[in-house]
Amino acid sequence: MDKKTIVEIRNLGMTYHTLNGETEAIKDINLDVYEGEIVGIVGPSGCGKSTLLSIIAGLISPTKGEVLVSGKRVEKPSKDIGYMFQRDHLFEWRTILQNVILGLEIHSKVDKKSIETAEHLLETYGLKDFKNNYPRQLSGGMRQRAALIRTLIVEPNLLLLDEPFSALDYQTRLAISDEVGIILKKEKKTALLVTHDIAEAISLSDRIIILTNRPATIKDIITIDLTCPNGIWSPIKCREAPEFRHYFNKIWKELDIHV
Amino acid sequence: MSNKNISKEHSMYLKQNQKRKRTILISQITILILGLILWEIAARFNWIDSFLTSSPSQIWNLFLEYTKNGDLFYHVGISVFETVIGFLAGTLLGVFVAIGLWWSDFWAKVLAPYLVVLNSLPKTALAPIVIIWVGAGYSGIIVTAITVSIVVTIMNMFISFTSVDEDKIRLLETFGATKFQVLRKVVLPYSIPALMSTLKVNIGLSWVGVIVGEFLVSKAGIGYLIVYGGQVFRLDLVMMSVFILSIISAIMYKGIAIIENRFAKWHD
Repeated sequence: MDKKTIVEIRNLGMTYHTLNGETEAIKDINLDVYEGEIVGIVGPSGCGKSTLLSIIAGLISPTKGEVLVSGKRVEKPSKDIGYMFQRDHLFEWRTILQNVILGLEIHSKVDKKSIETAEHLLETYGLKDFKNNYPRQLSGGMRQRAALIRTLIVEPNLLLLDEPFSALDYQTRLAISDEVGIILKKEKKTALLVTHDIAEAISLSDRIIILTNRPATIKDIITIDLTCPNGIWSPIKCREAPEFRHYFNKIWKELDIHV
Repeated sequence: MSNKNISKEHSMYLKQNQKRKRTILISQITILILGLILWEIAARFNWIDSFLTSSPSQIWNLFLEYTKNGDLFYHVGISVFETVIGFLAGTLLGVFVAIGLWWSDFWAKVLAPYLVVLNSLPKTALAPIVIIWVGAGYSGIIVTAITVSIVVTIMNMFISFTSVDEDKIRLLETFGATKFQVLRKVVLPYSIPALMSTLKVNIGLSWVGVIVGEFLVSKAGIGYLIVYGGQVFRLDLVMMSVFILSIISAIMYKGIAIIENRFAKWHD
């Protein structure tokens, strides 16, 4: 089966310069991500996972190598790429609807039709009654859902998720990661998910990239194949798959964490 | 929320709250009235020298006289005009300079020490220079008012502009926002609370600039009345001017607070 490649990362390297010296954050990363795939990225804290995402997003330029998204070299942020942060970063002075259309405003694409799309998405994801509320009136989970809609509405081909659930409490986190996983699969989005949470990575990803300590290189790539109960794919349900524990132990060992 | 179904305890709580508010207001008014009465009695019975302290009744009579012949409106009008223009210009210019500093990190760094010096300098010390350079009229007084409020505006607004969460800016950048869009969509709206508190400070500062300017120019305005009254030992004139000044500046401050409330619907 020949899958379409969405992201090509070639010999990527990144070195930061500060007055105290230079730090090599990323070294020799080569990776292909295929259409419709969710790729988890795990690694020791501070290993350069976020740096990798920032480079793919075009927010910073690598010192070596290049990234191609849909065959085009990434030089600056493009609307083909959506980015989700740890915190929702909804603007407190905007209503939920106004927050959701932020990206459309930047692209000057706010019109009757796009507002309808926004309202439709809010309805689909259970935020219809809150569209005229301000972010502070919503729970953490609802806010993160609004942030996801804000990212999805500009219709990116590729989603970069930078620990998008880590600011939520555990129960909300499980529920939202389940929802987001199902949404991503339903919308057939390609996504790169950086996370600290091994279980979250296994339950959501098709493949998991394990990074080494700084400078980050790829230590291993594990293809996840879970036998989900009743054959219905849902990140929470798939945690019950018999292979889950096996993957968990494998990744835990490879991360080689010493406290 | 409707008031139909409130429990007995809750209505008690609300009543007590109301009562406390009323007691505070009554106490505030009582202090004012008692103070004025005491002042009047002390002056009448010669416990204090009313040549130096004047008295409420003298001040009131003078107030009536000045209102009748229209002098009061003339002087108050001039001062209010100068203050409002100085306030608006100082705030606007300050905000524009702050935007410029936010835009260019290089110039922000270059100008930082100058701003620090200007900020610690009592700006009223510049008033004589300003008046000589700009002219001993309205314009000199207005420019004095501007010099007093502009530096604080620059500092406050610049600090607010630079304290916007980096990730909020990165979020806009992932949408491909230009620097101007970052300014308009996040930096400026984020800084509205800072702008409001700056406006409140600036009302007071603009009055300082105007009164000092009028002291120096001595042609018209509330500052002129105060300085003139002081020179000819008419303490009733000085006192009346100070009273009126405090009332007008309080009204202006209240006006800003009302505007602030309209913008504040999204926080707490």
